[in-house]
Amino acid sequence: MIRIGIDVGGTNTDAVIMDGTTVIAGVKAGTTADVMTGVVNALQKVLAASGLDASAVDVVMIGTTHFTNAVVQRRDLAQTAAVRLGLPATASLPPMVDWPEDLKQTIGNHGYLAHGGNEFDGRIISPLDEAELLGIAADIKAKGINSIAITSVFSPVSSDFEKQAGEIFAKALPGAHITLSSEIGRIGLLERENAAIMNACLRDLSAHVIEAFRKAITETGIKGRFYLTQNDGTLMDAAFAEKFPVLTFASGPTNSMRGAAFLSGVADAIVVDIGGTTSDVGSLHKGFPRQATVAVEVGGVRTNFRMPDVFSIGLGGGSHVVETDKGITVGPTSVGYRIVTEALIFGGTTLTTSDVIVAAGRAELGDRSKVAHLTADFIARTQDKITSMLEDCVERSRLSPDPLPVIVVGGGSILVDGPIGGLEVIKPNHFAVANAVGAAIAQVSGEVDRVYSLAEIGRDEALNDAKQRATDAAVAAGALRETVAIVDVEDVPLAYLPGNATRVRVKAVGELHVG
Amino acid sequence: MSDKGYLLKEDDLLPLSIGAALLGTGGGGNPYVGMLRARELIRQGAQVRVLPLDALPDDAWIGECGGIGAPVVGVEKIEEGRECYRAIRAVEDVSGVRLSALISAEIGGSNALEPVIAAAYAGLPVIDGDGMGRAFPEVQMTTFFIYGAKAAPAAIADDKGNVVVFKEVIDMFWLETFARGVSVNMGAAAGLAIAPMRMDFVRRTAVPGTVTQALQIGQTVLDARKKRQNVVERVVAATGGKLFFTGKVTDVRRDLVGGFSRGHAHLSGVGDWAGSEARIAIQNENLVLWVDGVPVIMVPDLIVNLELDTGEPITTEILRYGQRIAVIGLPVHDLMKTPQALDIVGPAAFGYPELTFIPLTSSAA
Repeated sequence: MIRIGIDVGGTNTDAVIMDGTTVIAGVKAGTTADVMTGVVNALQKVLAASGLDASAVDVVMIGTTHFTNAVVQRRDLAQTAAVRLGLPATASLPPMVDWPEDLKQTIGNHGYLAHGGNEFDGRIISPLDEAELLGIAADIKAKGINSIAITSVFSPVSSDFEKQAGEIFAKALPGAHITLSSEIGRIGLLERENAAIMNACLRDLSAHVIEAFRKAITETGIKGRFYLTQNDGTLMDAAFAEKFPVLTFASGPTNSMRGAAFLSGVADAIVVDIGGTTSDVGSLHKGFPRQATVAVEVGGVRTNFRMPDVFSIGLGGGSHVVETDKGITVGPTSVGYRIVTEALIFGGTTLTTSDVIVAAGRAELGDRSKVAHLTADFIARTQDKITSMLEDCVERSRLSPDPLPVIVVGGGSILVDGPIGGLEVIKPNHFAVANAVGAAIAQVSGEVDRVYSLAEIGRDEALNDAKQRATDAAVAAGALRETVAIVDVEDVPLAYLPGNATRVRVKAVGELHVG
Repeated sequence: MSDKGYLLKEDDLLPLSIGAALLGTGGGGNPYVGMLRARELIRQGAQVRVLPLDALPDDAWIGECGGIGAPVVGVEKIEEGRECYRAIRAVEDVSGVRLSALISAEIGGSNALEPVIAAAYAGLPVIDGDGMGRAFPEVQMTTFFIYGAKAAPAAIADDKGNVVVFKEVIDMFWLETFARGVSVNMGAAAGLAIAPMRMDFVRRTAVPGTVTQALQIGQTVLDARKKRQNVVERVVAATGGKLFFTGKVTDVRRDLVGGFSRGHAHLSGVGDWAGSEARIAIQNENLVLWVDGVPVIMVPDLIVNLELDTGEPITTEILRYGQRIAVIGLPVHDLMKTPQALDIVGPAAFGYPELTFIPLTSSAA
């Protein structure tokens, strides 16, 4: 099977082409403001480098931080109405109550509380009030808002109210993008609502970006299907991704860590992914990123997604280097993708980390004569600063005194030379495009989330049934049955329900079947 | 009004909620929602003063209140807001006394914030103390009840405006039974207020200083994180507790017995405990810790699980395979260790009659 993995980052668009488990070629191209041009460039470059014809490509997997970055940078976000169904309950905390003020203002702070919602056992808190919802719809219309997130209390138990409210809004506001929280998240009202609102405010952007990906692939002559990677490192098809852009959050770190494990053949390590603007550091356990066990914030907003536990610092290949009276500072500001015009070595006027590394003679990049004026002392102090920043974040991600190796990947890897904090450093082949490799090797998942009555069947029987259903779901989503493995099992008893009711959640993943 | 004690500031609420989660010993519900609710009220101008136990006269009346329900409901069906407030007003009406301050039944978990929220609505102060010094699953497991507080009149209020008054109940066990039943009918999220207590009684029976203790533990956690220090070590040093085990969760098994989650977490040792095995009995809270088969901490002493690297408190419902945790033991207050108290909150009361309570000694003492 010939597959292409693409990673669209804030600075670079990377692409690899793989035949089975062999990397045939890997390239980097600059990310462009329109996304599409960068993807076309990367696809054409990687096809040329591999010598393969576009028609040989079976499948394209795309990982993108585009949607995460949009939220973090508060750009391209649509005005969004957050409608919550649950009154009189939940009145004490309006939607977006714990959001950063600037993000709240960017999407308009349009929160609405309405009647509806269920109790934990499915009883109704209060009936849906159609007139109330039509009043809200009229207000949404008057404000010219086109994105709506609907969150009903206990919708993971009963999603009827969200669906009914969704239909009422769809009728009153034709063409509106409507996100239902039950399609995205689990129990935990504020966190699920947050995810739904973020998804809704990204829908305009996702329609545009997915269309750009589609065009880029078609333009290159590739006939194969294309997928996007989600935060757990598994795949979703393009139509689904367009409706649920929020599910791509954190897919970047997941892909780079999975790629680092694949390329180095090391399953337990600390991974440092150095990009143009930031470095992401996380730890790898049995080839998978360690998951955060506590609520994860995205752009300052609390969510309950299962995400890799990654720590980021503002250090990358494009980070500004500035001499101040307190010594040298590196980052967090960066020239980002403009490095190819703004860094000194490329004829620009901004001193970056890459300039200093070239001046130190550690990399061949751009025009070294443009940095000949930097003194040996300045170069040495900047390198010391970079080293101490890296040591600091590696130390944070270390969970034990065991001497785990550090796998360094990403385009900014030239910043690292020698061990970090006494730990061995591995720079695998194709280190610069590890995240694209991670996307290319992404698997297909199937998930079940069911309530079993353990009074009727035993726990083992319930778990086996759930595992079987998850496996079938993975196969239905495109996985090869013989490769499917259970990766996650969670069973939590539900207090106060009769019959020893237990909620079982199982996830299975397998290799994508292309035939 | 007394000018003793201190006014709670917006910046106190996050550390207070972190300390409360830690003192929840795995249960008590997540205080995040309560923290946000209190923050909204203080941002809108509410003032809540924390009074030491010696601030009010003997004949002042103190109200005890807290949320009653299921933790999983608490993070999903967020309160209308005035549940506890309506319950304390109902208790005042029925008993014919005016309350001078509120006190928490349990400082551990979400109930640390409920009296603060009700006090913000009522314009009352809160007392620096509580009825447990930790979290326990049932209404009768407070020092107030153990040392003779009356159960009635009590009141329970829901999000919709329903208020049920228990005019007479013969003891707290009956109140627990009735209130639990009503709370489930109310959607497993309700506010409960118990009979007013005189200040001289509260002074004698409350676990003292626990609001400030929770606040200071939270400040220690935040300070350690800010300075990138080892949170677990800082917490141990600040609380007079002792580190009993570090390990990785290898299995969590749960069942429901009588409406409460019961189960065991199995841990495989790491670091200084490599090669050892531990087991933690969990109900809503952590009940007993065995290391290599020997019981080393048991209720009513506090068994606190913190995530090893971040120091984040791990509640029993988020305990899962693969987590790396530190298990800390904290000695409970002496009021919880008398023979009367152990009848209600000792190992036998939680289904471990074969265990004889061996108290932890404070490493700070």
